[in-house]
Amino acid sequence: MAAMLEVENIHSYYGHIHALKNLSLNINEGEIVTLIGGNGAGKSTTLRTISGLMKPRKGSIRLQDEELTRLLPHKIVEKGVVQVPEGRRVFGRLTVVENLEMGAFACRDGKLNRDNLDRVFTLFPRLLERRKQVAGTLSGGEQQMLAMGRALMANPKVLLLDEPSMGLAPVLVDDIFETIEKLHQGGTTILLVEQNARMALQVADRGYVIQTGVVVLSDSAQNLRKNEMVRKAYMGEN
Amino acid sequence: MTQMESLWRHGIKTGFIGAVTVVLLALIGMVEAFSQRDIIAGVISMGHALLLVIAIFMGYIAAKRTALSGIGSTLINSVVSGVIIAGSLVLLILLGSWVNLRSIFMNASPALYSLLTFGIEFKNGWTFLLLAGALCGLVAGLLYQSFPTFRRILITSLSSVIIAGVLQDMLRPTLSAWGPISVISDWLFSSNGLSLSGAITLCLVIAVILFIWFQKRDILRTRFSRLPSSGQRTLRMAGYVLLVGIFLVLPQVLGLFLSEVLTIVGLYVLLGLGLNIVVGYAGLLDLGYVAFFAIGAYVTAILTSPELGFFSLTFWQALPFAVILGLLSGVILGVPVLKMRGDYLAIATLGFGEIIRILVLSDFLRPWLGGAQGIGRIPKASIGGYEFATPQQIYYLILAGCAFVIFISLRLKDSRLGRAWKAMREDEDVAQAMGINLVATKLLAFATGAGFSALSGAIFASKLSSVYPHSFNVMISINILCLIIVGGMGSIPGVIVGAVALVGLPELLREFAEYRLLVYGAALVAMMLLRPEGLWPEVLHLRELQDAQSSSADSETPAPSGARI
Repeated sequence: MAAMLEVENIHSYYGHIHALKNLSLNINEGEIVTLIGGNGAGKSTTLRTISGLMKPRKGSIRLQDEELTRLLPHKIVEKGVVQVPEGRRVFGRLTVVENLEMGAFACRDGKLNRDNLDRVFTLFPRLLERRKQVAGTLSGGEQQMLAMGRALMANPKVLLLDEPSMGLAPVLVDDIFETIEKLHQGGTTILLVEQNARMALQVADRGYVIQTGVVVLSDSAQNLRKNEMVRKAYMGEN
Repeated sequence: MTQMESLWRHGIKTGFIGAVTVVLLALIGMVEAFSQRDIIAGVISMGHALLLVIAIFMGYIAAKRTALSGIGSTLINSVVSGVIIAGSLVLLILLGSWVNLRSIFMNASPALYSLLTFGIEFKNGWTFLLLAGALCGLVAGLLYQSFPTFRRILITSLSSVIIAGVLQDMLRPTLSAWGPISVISDWLFSSNGLSLSGAITLCLVIAVILFIWFQKRDILRTRFSRLPSSGQRTLRMAGYVLLVGIFLVLPQVLGLFLSEVLTIVGLYVLLGLGLNIVVGYAGLLDLGYVAFFAIGAYVTAILTSPELGFFSLTFWQALPFAVILGLLSGVILGVPVLKMRGDYLAIATLGFGEIIRILVLSDFLRPWLGGAQGIGRIPKASIGGYEFATPQQIYYLILAGCAFVIFISLRLKDSRLGRAWKAMREDEDVAQAMGINLVATKLLAFATGAGFSALSGAIFASKLSSVYPHSFNVMISINILCLIIVGGMGSIPGVIVGAVALVGLPELLREFAEYRLLVYGAALVAMMLLRPEGLWPEVLHLRELQDAQSSSADSETPAPSGARI
């Protein structure tokens, strides 16, 4: 299987703080890879670096062997790396359809946009029901679906999901992970950042554990689920 | 007792708000200043009308707040609020007769007190005042209870009488200028204000027209919607042609003074449309907007004025330079503030506006920019032999500018760039995650707004034939921002309505001019409380403020997927 996204030895800084230290990871086509780690471990920083919101001082990021490292964020989206931001962040005053249209901003192919819209509505029938509703009045779960649908409108090769389960009721968390599973079956490549390690390792193929900006463990999700350190530190077991 | 208190609570509260308002207006001299002019000759002056309108309005609010607790309590509350407002004036007069208020409030004169009691001696006057207050409250309460259609007809016809009275100085000469119509003017107006019979007639005519309109409105609407689409289009086109026609003949009808007012309003519309792109579309709070106005004006002055003798171009040759330099300065302002948001952006841009004003004022640059004396002898614009010299002629220049800018604004709004601005206004970070180039999008917003502003500045320079640094102070930026907020952020008709309300009206009413800032402040507060979306809002803002009722209704009817993109 070909590597879709390769992150090689990146170093990112917040001012003088060395946030990512020689971090490497790769995602193969069609895979779900999860990043797990505690607060401040560098999960979101990794995503920010990949999507170009932060520039790494060293190292390289490649999408299908194409260098992304020096590109501006909007160029990276055009190349096909699309992030669903943490905390949902839908455009609260726009309707569902308008939100989705905004998602298609980077993609100028009208036919493709219509197909993508159909795909999003098939994936999230709730959004079709509420397509004229103002996004700010959707429930938390629906907003998360909208945020994911909006990212899909950009026709991503790799979808970066930042804490999709954050702040949602347990029932909705199940819904969201079911959707991620569906996307996976549809062949979307996903990098999933989660605090909820248990759920993340259930849907993921592989996982990376990071602590203070360093990858301390990487293995298949199956093995990580069994790993004692992971169970203790991230799944709350003794 | 507690029962009584809670029963009267809203009346007392709104009454006190009204009381503070009327006492303040009386003490700062607004009532007295307004009393110079009669609305209906010998019956009611503008000052009295102001007090009555406040009393009735507050009574109406009191009634509205107690709407759930039955007719009786509604009426009691509105009457209580009216009495409290009148009572505050009585107390003011009593206080004024014991203590010499004039040492603090120079307007608290016996003349004011006699005005407040409607010219009746205080002995009987105070009972009269209280009764009038109660009556106002009662009227407000009854008004609230009456049928909505009746209420709208009554309020609109009475307000049109007040407006006709307030604008008498403009209406009278305009009407008299039209041969046969001057009869109407003679009938309507007496020497100061409307004549009593004229006022009653006007009120009745408006009421009848409104009544017929309310009766036939629905029939007309259905008839219009039944027309074939080509017919609808023809009617719409006819409407637009009529509108254009009205705008074209307006200065001829209105005369010199009103045309001058129109040109000022037009310049503010131009400025407002530019700032509307920056603030309304792109959500960037820019308080230094006057800088681009100054740049447009000064570039035009430097390129055209023989006084400096650098270039001596014509207005039309200088105009592109003014606009392009405006655009460039927009980018130059934009670059350093790219990463700033909200309050920080406002302060930084505020500084930019002052820098430009101080630069043109400086002695150092005097040989090139004229310093405090400014630059004079700027030639008028002309096409062929037609010179845009008088306000009536300049009006057409500004009208063309407005039409051009409105066209561009409309086109931009639904463009790809317009959508990028919208996304950026809603959430910058997410906009970036959607693949929007924030740097380019922001700079384009600043540049477009600045270009419009510079265009306005160029016309301004040729209109006045001279430019001075003090014409470009920070108040201009504030005024433009206010008119956008009052009109409705992001809305093009809103800018026009806002400019007419906040720039046109104070020009028309010399009484207002002195209290301009007070009226601005009051208008802004009132807008935020009563109509936060603006006078003529953009759809999006309406949605934000009213989404609770409408949102669920739409979602019930699913339609074929992929309907539009």
